[in-house]
Amino acid sequence: MRMLTGQARATSGKIEVLGLPIPEKSKQARAQMGVVPQLDNLETELTARENLSMYAVLYRVPRHERRAAVDRALELAQLSARADAKVSELSGGMKRRLLIARGLVHNPDLVLLDEPTVGLDPQVRQDLWSLIDSLRAEGKTVLMSTHYIEEAERLADDVAVMSHGRVVARGAPHTLLKEHVGERAIEFYGTPARLAEIEQRATAADLLTRRTGPSISILGSEKAPAALLAELGDGVPRSANLEDVFVLLTGERLE
Amino acid sequence: MSDPKTRTVHRYEWATFEGVWNHELTLFKRYWASSTVSSVVQPVIYLLAFGLGVGTLVATVDGLDYVEFVGTGSVATAVLFASAFPGMFNTYVRRVFQRTYDAMLAAPVSVDELVTAEGSWIAAKAGIYGTVPLIVTFFFGLTPSWGMLLVPFIGFLTGLGFAFFGMWVSAVVKTIDETTYVTSAVLTPLFLVAGTFFPISNLPEWAQVAAQFNPLYHCVQLVRDACFGWEPAADLYHLAVLSVFALIAWLAAVRQLRKKLVD
Repeated sequence: MRMLTGQARATSGKIEVLGLPIPEKSKQARAQMGVVPQLDNLETELTARENLSMYAVLYRVPRHERRAAVDRALELAQLSARADAKVSELSGGMKRRLLIARGLVHNPDLVLLDEPTVGLDPQVRQDLWSLIDSLRAEGKTVLMSTHYIEEAERLADDVAVMSHGRVVARGAPHTLLKEHVGERAIEFYGTPARLAEIEQRATAADLLTRRTGPSISILGSEKAPAALLAELGDGVPRSANLEDVFVLLTGERLE
Repeated sequence: MSDPKTRTVHRYEWATFEGVWNHELTLFKRYWASSTVSSVVQPVIYLLAFGLGVGTLVATVDGLDYVEFVGTGSVATAVLFASAFPGMFNTYVRRVFQRTYDAMLAAPVSVDELVTAEGSWIAAKAGIYGTVPLIVTFFFGLTPSWGMLLVPFIGFLTGLGFAFFGMWVSAVVKTIDETTYVTSAVLTPLFLVAGTFFPISNLPEWAQVAAQFNPLYHCVQLVRDACFGWEPAADLYHLAVLSVFALIAWLAAVRQLRKKLVD
C-alpha cells in the first residue's frame, strides 16, 4: 500500500497508479487518490472538523468549496453530530470513520483502504461495510486489503489472494469459488481419530478437504458420491466460501 | 472551473504551507500559553540573572551598559530555545508517536515542502519570541532604535537554521531521550560561547576561531549592530553565515527525514 503512494520504494518492478508512474509522479497520483491507513494517525488535539479541514487544504479543495467538502465527508462518516469533538474524545469506531472521511474529503476517484475494519466490533464493521459499498455505488475504485475473508467476499468485485507477497489467485469471488472449491461444503465434527479418517477417505475419493478448527470440511460436496457421504454419517451442510479458497490456496498452516 | 484533481501538481505548492500553517495556528491558539512560557521564560531568567547579577560587578562591556549587552545578546538565546527545541521535539513526536507526517505524505505533500513549511513556522515564532529580551531590556534603560525593527527578521533567519537543525537531529536520534546529548553537548556551549554573556574577544584564540562557526555568535553580532549601529561589511558577513547555516541545515533535514519517512 505504501508503495502506491510513493511512501515506500519498490526494489524491483514497475508501479502505475491512475496511469501515472510511481514514484516519479507520485505527488500527482496522491492528489487524485484518498488513503486510509491501517494505523490511526489523526491529529488527536484537533477536532473532527479541524482534521478534515486541514486535509481539504492539503488535497487542494478550492477555498470556497472546502466547507461543503468537509460537511459532506462528516455526513458520509456519520460524524456530523460530533464534528466539534476532539479526536481524543471519539470512540474507536468513530476514529476509523473519521480516518476514512479524511481520505474522501477531496472526492477522489481511487480510495486505498488498508485493513479498515481490523479490531472493530461487528456492528461498527457492518457500518463500514455499508460506507465502502456506497463508495462503490458512486463509481469510485476502492482498493482494500483485509485479513477478514468474509469482508472480501461481501464487498469485492475482484479479489486477489495473496500469499508471501505474491498473488496466487485473482477473480470475482464466485468465480474463485467455482474454480477452486465448488458450491457446497459439508462440515463434520468428531474426535481427532474420526476427523483423520474422514480426511483420508475423502482424499481417496479425490475430494478436497479443509481442517476448520475442531471440524473438517469436505469441499465441493455437491460432487461427492452419495454413497460416501452416507457412510461418513451426519455432517453440517453449508455453502462453500472464500475462506475455503483462501486456506486451500495459501496452505492450512502458517509457516 | 478546473478540477483540482486533474490539474498538474507542482513540486512546490502553496497548499502545503497553508495546510501546515493553519494546523500550527490552530494548535497554537490552544497552547499558546505553555508554548510561550517555555520559549520566553528561560532566556529572560538568564537575562535577569546575568544582567542584574554580573551587572553589579561589570559596568560596561565594549562600551555598552552590561545589561544592554546581555539584553541584546539574549535575543539569540531566545531564538535558539524557540527554534531548536520545537524542531527536535515536535518533529520527533509527530513523526514517531503521532505519525502525522506519514498521513501528510499520503496526501500530495513532499518531504521538502513539509520540512520547509514546519521550519518556517517555527522560525516565524522564534523571530517574534526573540524580541522579548529586547522588550524586557527597555525597562532597564535600553533606548529604542529603528534598526531594532529588523531584529525579528534576524531571529527568523537564525531560527530557520536552528529549526532545520533540530529537525535533522530528530531524524538522527534513535529515541527522543538521545536529544539530551545534543542539548547538553551542542546547544548549551553554543549559546554560552556566542558573545551573549561575555565578549568572545576575551577568550583564547582557538575559542575565538571556533565562535566563527557558531551561528548564534553571528546572530548576536547582527542583533547588536541592528540596535546600536550597523557595520556594513561585518554585518553582510554575519548575514551570509546565517544564510549558509540555514541552507545546510535545510538540506540535512530534508535528506535525513526523507530517509526516515520513505522506506
